[in-house]
Amino acid sequence: MNDMTPLKAADFATDQEVRWCPGCGDYAILKGMQRTMAEMGARPENTVFVSGIGCSSRFPYYMETYGFHTIHGRAPAVATGVKLANPELDVWIITGDGDGLSIGGNHMLHLLRRNLDCQVLLFNNEIYGLTKGQYSPTSRTGTRSPSTPYGSVDAPAEPCAFALGANGRFIARCIDTAQKQMPGILKRAHAHKGASFVELYQNCIVYNDDVFADFTAKPVAADSQIWLEHGEPMLFSNGTKGLRLNRDDLRLEIVDVVDGDWQAADVLVHDETRKQIAHMLVEMRHPDMPVALGVIYCDPAPSFEQDMRTQNIEAAKGKVVDLGALIRKGQTWEVNQKKMREGNAHLAAAADENKREPSL
Amino acid sequence: MATQLKDQPAAASEREAVTVRFAGDSGDGMQLTGGQFTLSTALAGSDLATFPDFPAEIRAPQGTLFGVSAFQINFGSDAIETAGDAPDILVAMNPAALKSNLDALKPGGLIIADTGEFGARNLKKANYDENPLENDSLKDYQLVAFDISALTLESVKEFGLGNKEALRSKNMWTLGLVLWMFDRDRQPILDWLHSKFVKAPELAAANAAALNAGHAYGETAEIQQGLGRYHVGAAEVEPGLYRTVTGGESLSLGLVAGASLVNLPLFFGSYPITPASPLLHTLARLKEFGVTTFQAEDEIAAICAAIGASYAGQLGVTSSSGPGIALKGEAMGLAIITELPLIIVNSQRGGPSTGLPTKTEQSDLYQALYGRNGDAPMPVLATRSPVDCFEVAIEACRIATQYMTPVMILTDGYIANAAEPWHVPDIEDFQPAPVTHYEGEPVSPYKRDEKLARVWIKPGTPGLMHRIGGIEKNFETGNIDYAPANHQKMTDTRQQKVMNVADSIPDQAFEIGGPDDDMVVVGWGSTFGPIHQAVKAARRGGAKVAHVHIRHLWPMPKNLGPLLKGFDKILVPEMNTGQLKTVLRDQFLVDAKPLNKVSGQPFKIAEIKAAITEMLP
Repeated sequence: MNDMTPLKAADFATDQEVRWCPGCGDYAILKGMQRTMAEMGARPENTVFVSGIGCSSRFPYYMETYGFHTIHGRAPAVATGVKLANPELDVWIITGDGDGLSIGGNHMLHLLRRNLDCQVLLFNNEIYGLTKGQYSPTSRTGTRSPSTPYGSVDAPAEPCAFALGANGRFIARCIDTAQKQMPGILKRAHAHKGASFVELYQNCIVYNDDVFADFTAKPVAADSQIWLEHGEPMLFSNGTKGLRLNRDDLRLEIVDVVDGDWQAADVLVHDETRKQIAHMLVEMRHPDMPVALGVIYCDPAPSFEQDMRTQNIEAAKGKVVDLGALIRKGQTWEVNQKKMREGNAHLAAAADENKREPSL
Repeated sequence: MATQLKDQPAAASEREAVTVRFAGDSGDGMQLTGGQFTLSTALAGSDLATFPDFPAEIRAPQGTLFGVSAFQINFGSDAIETAGDAPDILVAMNPAALKSNLDALKPGGLIIADTGEFGARNLKKANYDENPLENDSLKDYQLVAFDISALTLESVKEFGLGNKEALRSKNMWTLGLVLWMFDRDRQPILDWLHSKFVKAPELAAANAAALNAGHAYGETAEIQQGLGRYHVGAAEVEPGLYRTVTGGESLSLGLVAGASLVNLPLFFGSYPITPASPLLHTLARLKEFGVTTFQAEDEIAAICAAIGASYAGQLGVTSSSGPGIALKGEAMGLAIITELPLIIVNSQRGGPSTGLPTKTEQSDLYQALYGRNGDAPMPVLATRSPVDCFEVAIEACRIATQYMTPVMILTDGYIANAAEPWHVPDIEDFQPAPVTHYEGEPVSPYKRDEKLARVWIKPGTPGLMHRIGGIEKNFETGNIDYAPANHQKMTDTRQQKVMNVADSIPDQAFEIGGPDDDMVVVGWGSTFGPIHQAVKAARRGGAKVAHVHIRHLWPMPKNLGPLLKGFDKILVPEMNTGQLKTVLRDQFLVDAKPLNKVSGQPFKIAEIKAAITEMLP
């Protein structure tokens, strides 16, 4: 059981029948994850998948690791307890746009700002699938659904912008079908110490089919996607276009790149530690701009569970762990005789050096 | 008895029990004064019970009726179990304090008032048309009124404090006077002042001077009619080591002890809420005992993190008050269906909704027993007093881990804040019940022992990877299973497992009396003191009445049904509209009669005694 023979992708699959709709984007992500696990040499016993509620949240049942399918929106909170209790565990949170940004939006905010060391995979299909197709917090304005028969009127949330605003230190984006890039992104997310937030555009074949097709379909992909690499120029359309910072009104704009001379076109080099640029990248909307994909932002900081553990150890330093002494703390007195009616009680008050203010 | 206070001889008079109420503005430091007087009383060996009664506002506008903060202490040489029905002595620091507390005072009781605060403005704020200290409206009481404010300013003059700062010592001046009245040693209070103001020695000195001045005033101001000295003897108690403890402290210590006895690190997830926060504050300082405290973003995250910690192998605990417990409901169901150990502490307060945040009530019993979706059984324990919290917490840790189940502890705002002397137990007397996480051959996560508790496998254990979750699982394999027969079986199993807890708890005992009595008074929680005293008093008057107080509210002790069925007359006093009464009727088909009070104040002994008399004429 303890042998360290390399595991294959199939070793991370459970014997459970996968119950997503045929053609669901979740299949591709599951496959990408199992492959990544094998390639990283992950140990199943040290890996925990925690999920909330929704189609994507069934994910843990299909991973041959430890798994906890919790309640709607609360996976980040449960995962926080898991990681604080055992920082050695490798914790992955699987959530969706409704689970992670609607009912669980508060927990997502706090998980990211605390910087718990874990990976958050948010499967964004811009719809509630499991409850049969209502619009979600990421649905575009005007989305027609059973709950919005005349079209939704509210503006959508942008998951990566939310994550950045919450002080997330690792923000990445991928597409369910981008199997070439997915393992690399998941590995980066895993290697990052702290909360890693990965938005995955995931196609819901039943309730929101092809909602991302305008930039994910093969014929348009090259012109509408920009895959970012740290230290590399921000190029797309097979290197014929790039992104430049318009310094006058502080926004990104598209420039043509002639003969590969991106320097001449003043194309930005991707520096994933620059938060201001990251903000601009996550806000880029198709069709005016290409959709930013890959690792958009990565700037590590100390993680929550490590700082908690360090503080706990520091606070305990030099203190004697004696339960008996603990309950005898404070101002105590000794009663020596059973009969005390005459008021001749012997008082041995305040002998304790740990004298303290009684709590009121 | 209080009328005897009139025409006190100069010599100290012997009293069996005295109730003192300190009342002032919420900025006057009444809780601090009461706390220090409690300590002094405990050190003098008297038995005692306290009742802190403060507004929800931190600093309500000065001098107003709703800004009055009070602290009541009852102490005596006999066993004291309540904070006292009506005070013998009321210390009123301003007109609002007098107005809102006068009704509680015994006829003939002593009022000590600070005339310095009875100016036109303060009188108006308290809705007094004329100064009650100067007309005959207080003729049924003994009034001792003098300018405490001015005397305080005089006593701290040498320290050069500003007027406002100097007046802050008023409470210490008053405490000094009261210490003199009860012939108390000032040294422990002086020691406390010096440790409290260690970084501001001039404030320590000023407060000490005020305390001494108040004491000296009592000694020299013999002209003050009625300001006599009282001697309250030490109580007859078991020999041993004692300290005072509040319910909040006792429960925290019990959780630490309980986790230690089951050999697990304690994880405490909580969100600030009155009156539950003292637990978080106390536990946050006990890291060396393997305690992790996590102040979560909300009540739901607090319980979910505790569930996550339990899943990872620690003992998860969460704590709140009624409104927060409501938010945790769905997550409790998750802990029930995943069969993870968890402790949920509810420090009850007046409801519904925000209700009365700082006032006490025991109206969350239905919520504890029934307040979740689905058939979601959970053991429920209740604490009866600050001291009792320690044992209840240990018991909850045992049940949660032995039965792989969440357990709820019901305490309340009164218990959380009240203090009483604690005969400190020997920790060796508690039976350790260490937990071992399963590490053997691969098994289903729902493999059960003879008690029906499932195996506890923690992540990180090689070869035992498995998935759990909120969806119904197959009885054998632990895989998702919606089949009708399986859900029936799992529901029955969860139910039976919780009922099996009754195999491990003691039989219900009588607190006083027995099966041959004509009537039984049944209580739970913090009504213990007034019920006990009322039953005792009724028995002294010849009534054949017994007292039963339930700790294990679910499952109930196996003998409770037969025990209650032996009585024709059953009275259930509760600080709610009759919740235990309904449960007892439902469980045992007995004719339980309610006695209800939801005023935010604890029962008075007299109220319960009157109800007993009515049923047993």
